[in-house]
Amino acid sequence: MTFQYAPAPESTAIVNINSSNDLFINGEFTPGHGNPFKTINPATEEVLAEIAHANEEDVNAAVMAARKAYDKTWSKMSGRDRGKYLFRIARLIQERSRELAVLETLDNGKPIRESRDVDIPIAAAHFFYHAGWADKLEFAGYGDNPRPLGVVAQVIPWNFPLLMLAWKIAPALATGNTVVLKPAETTSLTALLFAEICQQADLPPGVVNIITGAGETGRMLVEHPDVNKVAFTGSTAVGQAIQRQIAGTHKRLTLELGGKAANIVFDDAPIDQAVEGIVNGIFFNQGHVCCAGSRLLLQESIAEQTIDSLKRRLVTLRLGDPLDKNTDIGAINSREQLDRIIDLTKSGEDEGAQRWSPDCVIPQKGFWFAPTVFTNVTQAHRIAREEIFGPVLSVLTFRTPDEAIEKANNTPYGLSAGIWTEKGSRILAMANKVRAGVVWANTFNRFDPTSPFGGYKESGFGREGGVQGLGAYLTSEETS
Amino acid sequence: MSSLDSQPVDSQSPNLQTPSSHKGLEALLAGLSGVDQVGAEARAAALGTRSIKKESKMWAIDTAISMVDLTTLEGADTPGKVAAMCSKALHPDPTDPSTPSVAAVCVYGDLVPAAREVVGDRIHVAAVATAFPSGRASLGVKLLDTREAVAAGADEIDMVIDRGAFLAGNFGKVFEEIVAIKEACGDAHLKVILETGELKTLDNVRKASWLAMKAGADFIKTSTGKVAPAATLPVTLVMLEAVRDYYTQTNVRIGVKAAGGIKTSKDAIKYLVVVNETVGDAWLTPDLFRFGASTLLNDLLQQRQKMLSGHYSGPDYVTID
Repeated sequence: MTFQYAPAPESTAIVNINSSNDLFINGEFTPGHGNPFKTINPATEEVLAEIAHANEEDVNAAVMAARKAYDKTWSKMSGRDRGKYLFRIARLIQERSRELAVLETLDNGKPIRESRDVDIPIAAAHFFYHAGWADKLEFAGYGDNPRPLGVVAQVIPWNFPLLMLAWKIAPALATGNTVVLKPAETTSLTALLFAEICQQADLPPGVVNIITGAGETGRMLVEHPDVNKVAFTGSTAVGQAIQRQIAGTHKRLTLELGGKAANIVFDDAPIDQAVEGIVNGIFFNQGHVCCAGSRLLLQESIAEQTIDSLKRRLVTLRLGDPLDKNTDIGAINSREQLDRIIDLTKSGEDEGAQRWSPDCVIPQKGFWFAPTVFTNVTQAHRIAREEIFGPVLSVLTFRTPDEAIEKANNTPYGLSAGIWTEKGSRILAMANKVRAGVVWANTFNRFDPTSPFGGYKESGFGREGGVQGLGAYLTSEETS
Repeated sequence: MSSLDSQPVDSQSPNLQTPSSHKGLEALLAGLSGVDQVGAEARAAALGTRSIKKESKMWAIDTAISMVDLTTLEGADTPGKVAAMCSKALHPDPTDPSTPSVAAVCVYGDLVPAAREVVGDRIHVAAVATAFPSGRASLGVKLLDTREAVAAGADEIDMVIDRGAFLAGNFGKVFEEIVAIKEACGDAHLKVILETGELKTLDNVRKASWLAMKAGADFIKTSTGKVAPAATLPVTLVMLEAVRDYYTQTNVRIGVKAAGGIKTSKDAIKYLVVVNETVGDAWLTPDLFRFGASTLLNDLLQQRQKMLSGHYSGPDYVTID
């Protein structure tokens, strides 16, 4: 008999989903004035809840509430007191972590193992980390009296809903700014639960406002004249549109956009761990990761052996019910995204790359895509250039370190890279030459609030996390 | 005694004075890919989060029981103590005859007859040999130790490698010793204890694993149980990877024994998951995976009783030996 793992689903009883959800403005849940929309569980296509749609009136109200909170309370509050609120929020995230994890998995489709062990703990860690900064900003290297910017408009993606919220809200609040945040249309629920946590923490009204809606809501928010700063994480196309929209205004901008990261494996790499790193690099979160290691660059001398090891490993990946604690690959977040992945993988086949997937049973309902590896990929293929944002790996080879650098850098993106070698000097030399904001050595997709994250070129600008991330929310000039 | 130290007592013992004959071995060990400790630990920890429930847990517990080498290796061991342990090994849970027997009992060489008398040929009898646990004796003494245990009825020999020689880089010496002991084992299976707690690095664990397999080990085993840390999940993972790669190259399946420090059913199940997802379920048999343990068995039995009855019993509902 073989070792079968019996289903081990996490119970959904812990989370109570409201059938209809309001906007969170000025500390209160208030109905939206647009047409509500539905959010579904991408693993089953069942409707989870109805979500309010913020129209212009709602956006105005939210920005006004944020302005009032900024002028009257938050910018005047001592750093130590702001820190207390942030610590309180961090602890509440930990206390309600199971609830948040289950909700995230239901709404996003990611495996519970990841929402439980990665998304929620790191979200809490970001609040803890920035809570510590709140009363120490004059020592952060931004002058002896760094000032907040004012009202910050934040628009976040659907791949790490609560974690991206934490990356945005924690530094903004720690530095004394107030926030209007718009979560992605398909993943609003944990942001709304976070709003509840703000209430629970007695955060002064208006410091955090959450408005839900589609792209149009986001556009109105970033264009609002009373917004001092825009922070956006999402696609390069939308990031470029935002940059155009706010050109000529006083607004500050940080963009965290797409990527097509090279994961470079040398012949002296620790192969078993490199294989884990390749898997974690591209199949973590179904590949819905802007910094995913979607281009594997293998040194030719070990290419065949490494691809064999990788395939053997991929056979053990478990695709299915995201709530099952043993699931490794969950659902694709939306039909739209699934269609994009299907289209790009088809182009890979048409252009002559070799496609491989392990045998796995795809559930009848929901949006699913089997882990996929393309070999014989060249720089000229679309799958080597365009961000797929799915569980699809393109494998290329190189002969020398110089060639690896050339290929790694030959992309309009520059968010992240991975280097696998046991030779320390080579790690340092490569890291200096790779044009990417984040370079991982002998690991991949590791995130920590103390470490700045952000890109080069079309991957955006500005850093989030670490002392560097504070700079995006501070000025040394006196603000109004 | 002095003759044992000064010259080989065994005409078949290999000449240890020809390091040049080990060039191939040294090249093989030097050519092994490194192990990144952080990555290996992360992988072991991730596998440790698998959630094994219901029928899969029941299967895992029975499989784990059948893989136990029930062990007593104390200076105070007596024939009476060993006999008691052996009857428990045959019938781990007297209240439930459907409970599988363990794989083997593991004792010092002089107590092999006492063990064999109780278990007959129903389960294996393993003897620790080769100046266990330190291995600090001449080859002659180690060979004699092994031969006596086999002659007394042991069908499995758990030998220790010469860690001093390994750490000094004298791989040839370690290799020759294993070859010689394997020969002295005759038909008995040879488990080679790497004592990973003294080798310290995972790179060394991988090297020692390959060295032992090349020298003829039937099993590679983590620890004596006398040195902390004994078996750990990352060490076992690295040994299983070595076994997997050796199988890919040679088509020969080498067993792995995780010994010492595994005390709970939960831990044991984590090891089975690591085996399953590293080398595959062909290794999920007592012929290829063992637990060296004493207290683990009672926890497995209590969990088994709980699975079947729906409630926990208590330490007085399983036998102490």
